[in-house]
Amino acid sequence: MEYFVIIIGSIFVSNIVLTQFLGICPFVGVSGKLSTSVGMGGAVLFVLTLATMVTWIIQYYVLNPLGLGFMQTIVFILVIASLVQMVEIILKKVSPALFQALGVFLPLITTNCAVLGVAILTIQKDFNLIEGVVYAMANAIGFTLALVLFAGIREHLDLMEIPKDMQGVPIALVVAGILALAFMGFTGLV
Amino acid sequence: MSQLQNFTKGFIKENPVFILLLGLCPTLGVTTSAINGMGMGLATAFVLVMSNLVVSLVRKGIPDKVRIPSFIVIIASFVTIVELMMQAYTPDLFDALGLFIPLIVVNCIVLGRAEAFASKNNPWSSVVDGLGMGLGFTFALTLLGGVREVLGSGALFGINLIKADLMLVFVLAPGAFIALGYLIALINRMTKKAA
Repeated sequence: MEYFVIIIGSIFVSNIVLTQFLGICPFVGVSGKLSTSVGMGGAVLFVLTLATMVTWIIQYYVLNPLGLGFMQTIVFILVIASLVQMVEIILKKVSPALFQALGVFLPLITTNCAVLGVAILTIQKDFNLIEGVVYAMANAIGFTLALVLFAGIREHLDLMEIPKDMQGVPIALVVAGILALAFMGFTGLV
Repeated sequence: MSQLQNFTKGFIKENPVFILLLGLCPTLGVTTSAINGMGMGLATAFVLVMSNLVVSLVRKGIPDKVRIPSFIVIIASFVTIVELMMQAYTPDLFDALGLFIPLIVVNCIVLGRAEAFASKNNPWSSVVDGLGMGLGFTFALTLLGGVREVLGSGALFGINLIKADLMLVFVLAPGAFIALGYLIALINRMTKKAA
């Protein structure tokens, strides 16, 4: 039941993109096409879950016992950056097909604030390891959901007549605002 | 390019938020009021100036292959300094900005300027560039925060202007997207006319 609350809460009620404003850069940048958003979502799911797991272990078994809590930001970002690099190398060797699909998105993920954000939030919320992993996966699914929904709308926007000054990013942001408004309907669900 | 141009380009012509569309996460996340926007902007500006300076000073000593990780370590160190300083001296602002302070590390503007400018220019120009970009970012955040605060709660910098229930949506998440969308459209219109 607890996990269920975490899952529904992170996907719908406090959606990482539309209510927490994490991962906006890929949200605006990559979401032009439906197929690329699914690819990006998959890559984020993979890295986010892995990164949260590793940073959790480091926080509780290395930083806390040594009293190095203030080093959190530096250590986490280094872990995430090297993790992404490692995933890239391993994937290239083990599964070239998957690498082909996710390859271009992997380097972008290091600077995706969703990854660092969720890693820090997991620590702040005092989750245990399993809760943290569930939380990370649910957030990644929420990210993918927002990205895919938004890409679908943007594909239609391309066919519309839009005033010249509003074309591109401005109209996309306004649409995102309306999407966020729709997600506010989930408030109070859990 | 003269130092003055180098400094002023961050405000409108190459404004990180309105034109380059970098660093949108903190832009949308913290601008519920003008003062929060300004605090976030200044914190980012400090990190930008210091990391630009250090990156520029060590640029000849860093091998090309490991330059991005090295830049990230430099940036993360200054972010940690800002984080601890704000926790000590401005605890209210620290609580209001919350998660977005450590997230300055992954703000594309900081790494972007380190890579695109500071790693190729001398320390003095890099500091000027960082200051200009940082203040341009602060300007954008304060403007957006001000618009949202006025429309949403009828106040500016915490001072009540209008005593009425306004469009609360502008203080909430959807308002951030909508306000920024219209601001960018407005800037598009202004800059295209000038050109």
